[in-house]
Amino acid sequence: MQKSDFIIEVNHVSKQFEDGKFALDDVSLQIKKGEFVTILGPSGCGKTTLLRCIAGFQVATEGDILLNGEDVTTMPPHLRDVNTVFQKYALFPHLNVFDNVAFGLKLKKIDKKVIEKKVKQALKTVGMTDYEYRDVDSLSGGQQQRVAIARAIINEPEVLLLDEPLAALDLKMRKDMQMELRAMHKKLGITFIYVTHDQEEALTLSDRVVVMREGKIQQIGTPTDVYNEPQNCFVADFIGESNILDATMVKDKVVNFCEHDFECVDKGFGEDTEVDVVVRPEDIYIGERRLGEEAKGKDSPWQLHGEVQSCIFKGVHYEMTVMIDEGYELMIQDYHAFDPGTKVGLLVKPEDIQVMKKEHLCNTFEGEVLEDNRVKFLDEEWDIPERVAERFEVGEEVEVEVDFNRVNLQDDEEDGILCGEVYFILYKGDHYHLTVRTDDGDDIYVDTNDVWDDGDRVGIRIAPSYIRLYKKEVKGRPEGL
Amino acid sequence: MVFQSRSTWAWPYALFMLCLVILPLVLIGVYAFTDANGSFTIQHFVSFFTKSEAVNTFIYSLAIALITTIICLLLGYPAAYIMAMADFKTPQVMAMLFILPMWINFLLRTIATVELFRMFGLPLGEGALLFGMVYDFLPFMIYPIYNTLQKMDTSLIEAAHDLGAKRHQVFLKVTLPLSAPGIYSGIVMVFMPTVSTFAIAELLTHNKVTLFGSLIQRCFGEGGIAMWNYGAALSLIMLIIIGLTSFFGGDKEDINR
Repeated sequence: MQKSDFIIEVNHVSKQFEDGKFALDDVSLQIKKGEFVTILGPSGCGKTTLLRCIAGFQVATEGDILLNGEDVTTMPPHLRDVNTVFQKYALFPHLNVFDNVAFGLKLKKIDKKVIEKKVKQALKTVGMTDYEYRDVDSLSGGQQQRVAIARAIINEPEVLLLDEPLAALDLKMRKDMQMELRAMHKKLGITFIYVTHDQEEALTLSDRVVVMREGKIQQIGTPTDVYNEPQNCFVADFIGESNILDATMVKDKVVNFCEHDFECVDKGFGEDTEVDVVVRPEDIYIGERRLGEEAKGKDSPWQLHGEVQSCIFKGVHYEMTVMIDEGYELMIQDYHAFDPGTKVGLLVKPEDIQVMKKEHLCNTFEGEVLEDNRVKFLDEEWDIPERVAERFEVGEEVEVEVDFNRVNLQDDEEDGILCGEVYFILYKGDHYHLTVRTDDGDDIYVDTNDVWDDGDRVGIRIAPSYIRLYKKEVKGRPEGL
Repeated sequence: MVFQSRSTWAWPYALFMLCLVILPLVLIGVYAFTDANGSFTIQHFVSFFTKSEAVNTFIYSLAIALITTIICLLLGYPAAYIMAMADFKTPQVMAMLFILPMWINFLLRTIATVELFRMFGLPLGEGALLFGMVYDFLPFMIYPIYNTLQKMDTSLIEAAHDLGAKRHQVFLKVTLPLSAPGIYSGIVMVFMPTVSTFAIAELLTHNKVTLFGSLIQRCFGEGGIAMWNYGAALSLIMLIIIGLTSFFGGDKEDINR
């Protein structure tokens, strides 16, 4: 078999559970020998499932996984040259430290003296010399974690899989172990695949970060790439603090947001295209406006003008919210404190503006025109104005469009035509962009000024005049409004 | 207030135990070491150890209890293992089916077993006795083992697989040692009552086989008051033997924890 450059290749892997839900949805990933790759995402994003598929505890329903060029998709875990460090250590409680670490070697029927030497070596690597004959239950969390790592590396696997190994440790311990893991990775020279929900941990440890959400890979890149150049709002929001704003790409290298044209470095989005921009709070320069700087427009040395709303000391820096004159709220981090009420000016450098393609411009659904001025989409019947309905025949399949800000959310589920749950919230400076998941699993995007919480149950309404219908084949002029 | 002290609440239980546990134990001791006139004697113990019939019955009872326990373990462990490991949607249903017979009094079940043997024309005797005992006590073996297996962290099994263990190696090196406390409880819960059982033996063997429990029962039942002292001595011997088994077993359980 042809040897590949990659130690692990995950090709279009999907994992569907019995209840029909996809834990992994067409995931592809290549990992080079000796790399430290972190799979990052919120709980339930499929990161652990992906790791378990690589380890062999779960079998992918579709796609294949290659280890060193060999297809291991259905190979049982004991035959794979990978070892796992489990989240809750999974040390054998009936064995002492030595026997735990020696477990893998003893199965291979290796000479006792060799085993002893290797166990000592492995324990030395993790800094647990002299703990050989201790009971594993008598060890602290950090020590158990070290034993678990020693037990996994003693088999000299090609790949070490780590499933949130530091999640159970306290902050100080976690930081220490992060540094040690990095050092161990360097010393051992084997590939590490590390699963975590902690974005800081991912950025600190890895050569490459794989950001996942809902079973799909959102972005793969170096820590600086995913931080500085997030591909979408989810990545920008999940990793670090960020100001995410609606913007328009005026032309190449010019983007408009907060009603102001900014120079930027991005191009190729086309002219007058709606986009999202990300500006990190530490990338906005802030200064107090002096008396002579009240003037706006070309006379002002500042790009944006506003007033400090709040200022919180965060240790190294201050975190301030500034309400700019155009009505947008921005988060800014600076070493200098500006008291609330201070008139300030803001500057953003072109290279600090990250432009992202919008995933959706409005809600689109497939629908069917019904009798009595009604249209069916999302499995519900909605009223539409008569003048819209009469342009279509009953039973005709149509495309339905609804703008984000035309979807009406109700506190009481009973008041909605459709029920759903708020499950992703993005603050966009002057409004919230919500993703509401209906009970059937469809997503509806909503722009609103109302404050909702993650997990809120809502009723969804759409006024008849805001439902636009299009002929199915050729998407021409809107027939609504 | 005296009533506020929590130990006050323990008094009824203390009284209960004094009357129904400690006092009878003392009485057994007193009866065992006295003769019909009430004077001290160790004659009952001497006659037990010199009468080969009594000793043989005792050894026979131990053997029957041991065989029953072994059969229960061999049948019960796989059942418990399957219930705990299989991806059943509702393993409780299966556990329930094993526990269900325990809802019915064991005497009724034994009588029903006798009728079953009659119906199929099977001979009553030693075989029927073993069958009846295993049938009656199997749930006591399955349940504690099922419990420990079910509570076992599945990541331990995955870890063993991950480190290169094949299925049978995972079982021998991880699952089995970790289920030892359950096995021990199961053994105690089956072995102890089977040593002293008598009703099952009488019913399923038509009194052809005499167990130690039957021996004691006869001393008190048919022997009249004259035999009470001898019966008490036999009870004491059985008590000590059972006490010893659980004492040694108890040590073992501590090690496993």
